[in-house]
Amino acid sequence: MSVAELPARPRGAELLRTVGLTKHFRLGGFLSRRFLHGVDDVNLTVHEDEIVALVGESGSGKSTIARLIAMVYQPTRGEILHRGRSLSTLRSRGDVLEYRGKVPMVFQDPYGSLSPVYRVSHGIMRALRLHRRDLSRRGREEEAERLLEAVGLVPARDFLAKFPYQLSGGQRQRIGFAQALACRPELILADEPVSMLDVSVRIGVLNLMASLRRRERISFLYITHDIASARYVADRLVVMYAGQVSESGPVEDVLAHPKHPYTQLLLSAVPDPRAPVSVPATAAVQEPPRVIDPGEGCRFRARCPFAIEECSRVTPRLRVLRPEHEAACHVATSDLSPAAHTDKDASVR
Amino acid sequence: MIVTQPVLEVRDLCVDYLTDRGPVRAVDRVSLEVCKGEFLGIVGESGCGKSTLLYAIARLLTPPAQVASGDVRFEGSDIVSMTDSALRHLRWKRYSVVMQSAMNALNPVMSVGEQLRDAFLAHESLSGLQIATRSAELMRLVGIDPVHLGSYPHQLSGGMRQRAMIAMALAFTPELVIMDEPTSALDVVAQRSLMLKIKQLQREFGFATIFVTHDMSLVSHFSDRLAVMYAGQIVEVGETRQMFADPKHPYTVGLMRSFPSITGALQPLSGIPGSPPDLAHPPAGCRFHPRCPQVMARCKIEEPAFYEREGDLVRCFLFDVGS
Repeated sequence: MSVAELPARPRGAELLRTVGLTKHFRLGGFLSRRFLHGVDDVNLTVHEDEIVALVGESGSGKSTIARLIAMVYQPTRGEILHRGRSLSTLRSRGDVLEYRGKVPMVFQDPYGSLSPVYRVSHGIMRALRLHRRDLSRRGREEEAERLLEAVGLVPARDFLAKFPYQLSGGQRQRIGFAQALACRPELILADEPVSMLDVSVRIGVLNLMASLRRRERISFLYITHDIASARYVADRLVVMYAGQVSESGPVEDVLAHPKHPYTQLLLSAVPDPRAPVSVPATAAVQEPPRVIDPGEGCRFRARCPFAIEECSRVTPRLRVLRPEHEAACHVATSDLSPAAHTDKDASVR
Repeated sequence: MIVTQPVLEVRDLCVDYLTDRGPVRAVDRVSLEVCKGEFLGIVGESGCGKSTLLYAIARLLTPPAQVASGDVRFEGSDIVSMTDSALRHLRWKRYSVVMQSAMNALNPVMSVGEQLRDAFLAHESLSGLQIATRSAELMRLVGIDPVHLGSYPHQLSGGMRQRAMIAMALAFTPELVIMDEPTSALDVVAQRSLMLKIKQLQREFGFATIFVTHDMSLVSHFSDRLAVMYAGQIVEVGETRQMFADPKHPYTVGLMRSFPSITGALQPLSGIPGSPPDLAHPPAGCRFHPRCPQVMARCKIEEPAFYEREGDLVRCFLFDVGS
């Protein structure tokens, strides 16, 4: 199939967009001049009805992005637009509460994110009382049961009366999703929601995300270090390296045609039992940098086998190299031939 | 592979946790063998007893856990009943352990070099110069610049910490290295490079490895044999590649269907319904029967023995040819 023939996926309206989102953390005391660049100049868009996977190694800034979007951190520069409205214009407590209800977060550690002294019903009823003022007491109870059924915890009434210690990891994570659902969200920020779960129940939680998107039309920003699970649920993949987006595009296209050398490295490192056995003799010892006051240049260049002189001088910008697929690399070549463009234009006409 | 004397033999090992409500059996009648230079992977979910099994093998169990019955023979001598002083000559020198969390296993207020020196002095009488040269050698071996001998654990990255742990485990060229999820805190790239390093060192020094993990795909390219544990028991043992090509126990089959792949067509996966049982009240009969898609009436009453099929041992009635 040629590039021009890739089917265009129908896409919903834009839900959330970050523009030049940047977060620097001061290191040391408050007079210190050293800054850790957690996130640098990230432009990310999530549409309605879409699952976007944010993939990267630990320290690459993916959780920082989630926290910026959740308004846990204030950005150093740049903005976040929710349906076109900048979060910096949210002034009243009511506005912030409404936004947080529309963009809730599900946390990585289901053992740490539920209070052990309260029953399951507590967190859900609280979210309902805060975010669903329209519901009566009776209505809240019915809604809580519906939510638990939606995340696959039946009989719902029994689960509401349980304490977290009576639940398995997978069940706790489902409670996390039910709490997020209680706010009637548009976008759920799921920060590594399955990495602490057992292998045999992970798929169940991923399937839950896919079904919530399908049935309740909720978008997800799925943050993970596991590319295989990203492929399983997501439409679009955004690969981060050292605080910057190195590549993004439709999942299948990025996996089939990784353009950035880092993406290629990441893909080659995924253990895949279905791949033929091959154990190279050497093990390269390289790790991602901590980005403290970086200069110009590509942050991956020290590990990159294709680095050229330009990479140490000029920070690569994201370039569109295939339809909807961009990478920030000086060396990567474009598959968008001028001929393909004219063909496409011709067919449009 | 050359058939040799097993380095480690575990026979019908049972480990109990003594609780107020009576003993809970975390490891139930586990038998396994590890040959010289072999890489054995032990795979299972959290709470299946895989770490407890490792601790029992290394004799690192602390109360309330204790070995209830069975024996562990390392190079012919029984580890379970051995005196502490005899054990001191074996532990670290003949077999060593790499823990899951390097941050918890390394001393945060001592540099890596000081910790290595401690280990050397506890087991051999070496001069300062000898210790310095051997420490530097070890660091190079695992791919860390020897300058980091002066570094404290918090100054190293996760991958380097795990490498430092492996360097320490290899200080006396042991016959067996026991690893408890050494890569679980690492990123895929660091994980892959650590696995390659372990394999390379193993080839170079010929030590046997027991590698415990919850991630079956991780060991698929590295282990010679694989043991799958469920609820305290081994349910299937066999040659790794064969097990991946043709898993037999329904639990193994379920595990294989639990992780998505980055290659090939995208298939909907189901995982395994339900969750592992509470070991304080394991189900009667086969422990997997409440979650098993191929459950039979017999599974709920009788406990299956091991049945042999194509060289694999499977604890499942589906492979009982007599019935």
